[in-house]
Amino acid sequence: MTLEQTPLNAAHRAMGAKMVDFGGWDMPLHYGSQLDEHHQVRCDAGMFDVSHMRVVDMRGEGVRDFLRYLLANNVDKLQSSGKALYSCLLRPDGGVIDDLIVYFMDEMWFRIVVNAGTADKDIAWMIEQATIRAPQLQITSRNDLAMIAVQGPNAAAKLWQALPEAQKLAEGLKPFNAVECNSMFIARTGYTGEDGFEIILPAKAAPSFWQTLNDAGVKPIGLGARDTLRLEAGMNLYGHDMDETINPLEAGLAWTVDLVSERDFIGKTALVTKPKTRKLVGLVLQDRGVLRDHQVVHSNHGAGEITSGSFSPTLNQSIALARIPSAVQIGDIVQVAIRDKMLAAKVVKYPFVRNGKGLI
Amino acid sequence: MSNSNNLPDNLRYTTSHEWIKKETDGTITVGITQHAQELLGDMVFVENPAVGRQLKAKEECAVVESVKAAADIYAPVTGVVVGVNSELGDAPEKINEDPYSAWMFKMKPDNAADVDALMDAAAYQTLVDSEAH
Repeated sequence: MTLEQTPLNAAHRAMGAKMVDFGGWDMPLHYGSQLDEHHQVRCDAGMFDVSHMRVVDMRGEGVRDFLRYLLANNVDKLQSSGKALYSCLLRPDGGVIDDLIVYFMDEMWFRIVVNAGTADKDIAWMIEQATIRAPQLQITSRNDLAMIAVQGPNAAAKLWQALPEAQKLAEGLKPFNAVECNSMFIARTGYTGEDGFEIILPAKAAPSFWQTLNDAGVKPIGLGARDTLRLEAGMNLYGHDMDETINPLEAGLAWTVDLVSERDFIGKTALVTKPKTRKLVGLVLQDRGVLRDHQVVHSNHGAGEITSGSFSPTLNQSIALARIPSAVQIGDIVQVAIRDKMLAAKVVKYPFVRNGKGLI
Repeated sequence: MSNSNNLPDNLRYTTSHEWIKKETDGTITVGITQHAQELLGDMVFVENPAVGRQLKAKEECAVVESVKAAADIYAPVTGVVVGVNSELGDAPEKINEDPYSAWMFKMKPDNAADVDALMDAAAYQTLVDSEAH
């Protein structure tokens, strides 16, 4: 099978990337050292090719009404142009089809960014629902766009250096807000727990912009560090921390689900009626070793499972997200089965790291 | 960027990417190859066998974990563990920096001829090259 390539494929190879098959995409794992890249983002600024993610534009009369029903979070929170919202896209049984960011641009246009591996099924689902409820909407998969994330405490300063014309428009952006700047769409969002931007731009403009960022001292960061950064930041990864068999209330995403307003949305009935027996928590390994996905967690209240485990380069110890029985409390010690041993881990609130500082 | 075409000639190798050095006192020293450390990436944890443990050839006896993944290390021959490199506990990254100096453990083989039967550098190079394609 031929792997899909982003417009930056040649640039990654020229920068010495170790390329891997990431869900059918030929993507950079690292450019030498995953640990160095992790610290680069925590201490300075790094850039990620996230062009494999899919931009979906939804246009037409009544687009807000449709999204009020389609998404578990409430797009009525979006009232000023450029404002963004994180939400789950749910099945009627409450299972998570995907997690996404939706941007309100105007009453005729919302922009949605979804995960790479789920993009095709997401769009099919959106079109299926729109056919029933809002056939006037145009739902467009923007395969002509690329996306580059610039993240880190120096991301803003270095972005202005690379893109001076954006400074005036974008320096006042608050987190989870976006602005259009010529052919670019600049959002103050990210997946690292640091300040930074995700920039959507025409695919053909991506290689030269990548080079300009590099010249401004923004170093390329691979998917390896992307994963340890997001885990430290306590951000869910679709397919690991939740999927179609898991509802958002058991994935630490209750804060993204609006069960208060009268609004009906797909999956609401299931969320309200189904008993919730598990929750997502953070774990910090007390012994030496590394927590990994799917390791079994034993507690006094029953067993659970690690959904994302790795080594935290910032904390210099192993951390994880785990789904465990709801009765387990923050501060409890649980046992994790690692090969032939049971190792102690402490149950903690996450995020583990925010803006370069450990919170544990 | 690979150094794997500079394999040390004085070592023996396994199909599971351990290197083995014959010492003059009849013991062997075991580590992982340049190729293996490149595949695994930044090391963050090493678990060595206990000194005195009897090992069978190809038995899982140690673990190295990188940020990316855990990998089992296998006993290259049958014998007893006579030493471990405890420096790696605090500095697993030494395996990345210099895999042929950052040894993991030492064994006394039951049968010295078992060591000679392992791959030499040329044979291991062929294996690495075949895995690259």
